[in-house]
Amino acid sequence: MRHLLSGADLDAATATEILDTAAEMATVAGREVKKLPALRGRTVVNLFYEDSTRTRISFEAAAKRLSADVINFSAKGSSVAKGESLKDTALTLQAMGADAVVVRHPASGAPHRLADWVDGSVVNAGDGTHEHPTQALLDAYTMRSRLGRLAGLSVAVVGDVLHSRVARSNVLLLSTLGAKVTLVGPPTLIPVDIASALAPGTDVSYDLDSVLPHSDVVMMLRVQRERMNDSYFPSAREYARRYGLDGPRMRRLPEHAIVMHPGPMNRGMEITPEVADSPRSTIVEQVANGVSVRMAVLYLLLGGNNR
Amino acid sequence: MAYPSAARSSPARQPSVKVILASADVQRVVDRIAHQILEKTQGAEDTVLLGIPTRGAPLAKRLAARISTFEDVAVPVGVLDITLYRDDLRRHATRAVGPTQLPPGGIDGKRVILVDDVLFSGRTVRAALDALNDVGRPASVQLAVLVDRGHRELPIRADYVGKNIPTSLVESVKVTLAETDGADEVKLFGGTNQ
Amino acid sequence: MTAYLIKSVSVVGAAPTDLLIRDGVVAETGAGLTAPDATVIDGTGLVALPGLVDLHTHLREPGREDAETVESGSRAAALGGYTAVCAMANTSPVADTAGVVEQVWRLGREAGLVDVQPIGAVTVGLAGERLAELGAMADSAARVRIFSDDGHCVADPKLMRRALEYVKAFDGIIAQHAEEPRLTEGAQMHEGEVSTRLGLTGWPAVAEEAIIARDVLLAEHVGSRLHVCHVSTAGSVEVLRQAKARGVKVTAEVTPHHLLLTDERAETYDPVFKVNPPLRTATDIAALRAALVEGVVDIVATDHAPHAVEDKECEWAYARPGMLGLETALSIALDVLGPDWDLIAERMSRTPARIAGLEGHGLDPAPGVPANLTLVDPAARRTIEPAELASRSRNTPYARMTLPGRIVATFLRGEPTVLDGKAVR
Repeated sequence: MRHLLSGADLDAATATEILDTAAEMATVAGREVKKLPALRGRTVVNLFYEDSTRTRISFEAAAKRLSADVINFSAKGSSVAKGESLKDTALTLQAMGADAVVVRHPASGAPHRLADWVDGSVVNAGDGTHEHPTQALLDAYTMRSRLGRLAGLSVAVVGDVLHSRVARSNVLLLSTLGAKVTLVGPPTLIPVDIASALAPGTDVSYDLDSVLPHSDVVMMLRVQRERMNDSYFPSAREYARRYGLDGPRMRRLPEHAIVMHPGPMNRGMEITPEVADSPRSTIVEQVANGVSVRMAVLYLLLGGNNR
Repeated sequence: MAYPSAARSSPARQPSVKVILASADVQRVVDRIAHQILEKTQGAEDTVLLGIPTRGAPLAKRLAARISTFEDVAVPVGVLDITLYRDDLRRHATRAVGPTQLPPGGIDGKRVILVDDVLFSGRTVRAALDALNDVGRPASVQLAVLVDRGHRELPIRADYVGKNIPTSLVESVKVTLAETDGADEVKLFGGTNQ
Repeated sequence: MTAYLIKSVSVVGAAPTDLLIRDGVVAETGAGLTAPDATVIDGTGLVALPGLVDLHTHLREPGREDAETVESGSRAAALGGYTAVCAMANTSPVADTAGVVEQVWRLGREAGLVDVQPIGAVTVGLAGERLAELGAMADSAARVRIFSDDGHCVADPKLMRRALEYVKAFDGIIAQHAEEPRLTEGAQMHEGEVSTRLGLTGWPAVAEEAIIARDVLLAEHVGSRLHVCHVSTAGSVEVLRQAKARGVKVTAEVTPHHLLLTDERAETYDPVFKVNPPLRTATDIAALRAALVEGVVDIVATDHAPHAVEDKECEWAYARPGMLGLETALSIALDVLGPDWDLIAERMSRTPARIAGLEGHGLDPAPGVPANLTLVDPAARRTIEPAELASRSRNTPYARMTLPGRIVATFLRGEPTVLDGKAVR
């Protein structure tokens, strides 16, 4: 594996290897010395064109725990803000000897472009409304550690699928790993051809209540209130009533089912505080698992001579 | 007049293979190491055996089993994966990371005996010492190996050696164990017969 | 003025004959012609076509001379076998006044490689709010007859109706860029499986079809001529078919790229494949090819859209839409239609010349006809190298593709603009 740009880059064996490696990486978090020497002398650049403190910190912690040197290159206050092109930035990073570039960008496909211009590995840390593969990996890791398996799980992904990079990567990865995904939301926010576009066998439902009793996992996506100004739904209140997860809805889930959210949450919109703070919620675990999974990804990309 | 080189080449050279230890020999050598450990540690109290994957892990288990047979003392056994501490990571495709399993009592303040199959350059042991340093603080560290084939590149020596096998650098030593390979055997592969 | 004797050339696919070009016209045709003063060109194996006419070219001058100039675009056109191109109005400043269209027209004359016929903007500044001075442009030296806000749709139905009506006074025609803007806000590529997968905002086919449907009804209502730019969907073909069956005075064009390339090209995220309207699906391509053969779609027009490197070597969403077309159009047509020379002449020369009202163009080489013609070697194959193109820009979607056919020579009123496959100047 040279880059991680899409959930589609991962076959079942590679994805499982990442999750298994992440499990080993997770043990480091419990040690007194939270550091491994594997990437000593490697340079990882976090190239962030969007504010996402949580993702950047997660990658930064992952790289540092593996002893890599980390350079944070944020679009604000750098030459990027002065209008330097992505290509020129890529050539600059190249000249600085970046072994990996972790990129967050508002434009779909920007990491693919970057991968054409740098010799190092490119990790997609979220591009536009396209993908966010490490989020899908940490979600899969969280499901596997809570429920013991991925194959055969029923996963409901609820909300603004149309604009969600988390949803796209999750559909691809979970299908590869044998889980059954049902996408739930208003028809305006679920592309009609999503199953054939991403993973045949993916179901679509517009009725959250009918999906909940059969779900092992409910993943709530962040829904931006601004979407209502573009007529995707009439009002935040109506959205919350039809597709928000509240206490009574949560109790329709099977006993063992878990509730996930990639964060940051809109409490009161797609999820109520009662649900977010319940024992079923894995939201805090997801953050911790993010570091382990990103360590695994960085190690597998940079830990050997993979050129 | 030049002749095509193929016309002068000799028949394909066969690498020589020599069995150094057969199955029964391996058992005997493990027993001997177990006795030595008991003797040198005066009963193997406060001792932990950590096997280095792949074959050090089953060896450590066998040693613990033999020790408990001989002296009725239960020595905790664990596995120490050293992949992330290797100094040659960048010379190979990414190596899969294996599990590190420390015994429930941990290793702090214990006498840790690292167990591996072959001692060669000493680089694996160096990596293991680094890894050990990150997972705890043992009182002392010793090393047990089934075979020492020489050619150290670092100032490292074993405390318990099953068999010394003088080798040349073109030769290689291959240990197989029932647990990992189906049978116990130690073989020496020659470079080529000239 | 040099005379040229083209020996043994197939005129639009007919049996080989000789063609004598003298004093700007085809002087004589027939076997065994001699002309001691003429430069002889061996036409064996070549096909003579009436010079191609492009109804849809972006020459970028004035305003973006770094991407293309009237001269560089003219040279690219000549190398593509064209003798006339219609220059779109979305320059900077916009060609919405007599002054700007005359400037473009004059630059075309100075370059002298093809006839450059300016297209005037329908609305001031392409803003879609009020009509530009269409009559003044029609009366100018540029004699504008085609008006288009190309790049933007004349979305306001009342404004469109007025424009269609108004240009009847001087036999003008409105060329509509059919794109309902509310349905394509932020659109990046064809709305379908690929856009869903790539997370790029979709440009639904209905945004084109709805405008074409509206416009053919408007044209029918006011009895005006309508031309539809770059038709790209199977649904649009159906709307056009029905309109034509009812006798609506509508013509339509398709681009070479919409006849060949699908939306799957976007999977690389290389914006060289970003174009408006976007590349569609294989189903659309099949419908467009059939429509072109049938005549429901009347012509091939390039929508040649040069862009500077920095406008394409970037993120897909930030890239400008458009691709080069002049130097590859005939090859694509040959690839798509096969060596049906009469059909190629009809779709790429005669009909576009008729729609644009360009005198002396779109006429098969015959005695007395202005010598606007091109010689094609149909047996040649060439691999497209962006760096070798005459355009100032490099955004060809056919880079490193091997395509059939090569333009050997092009004549504009008897003067060669291309000889031996190279621009004369």
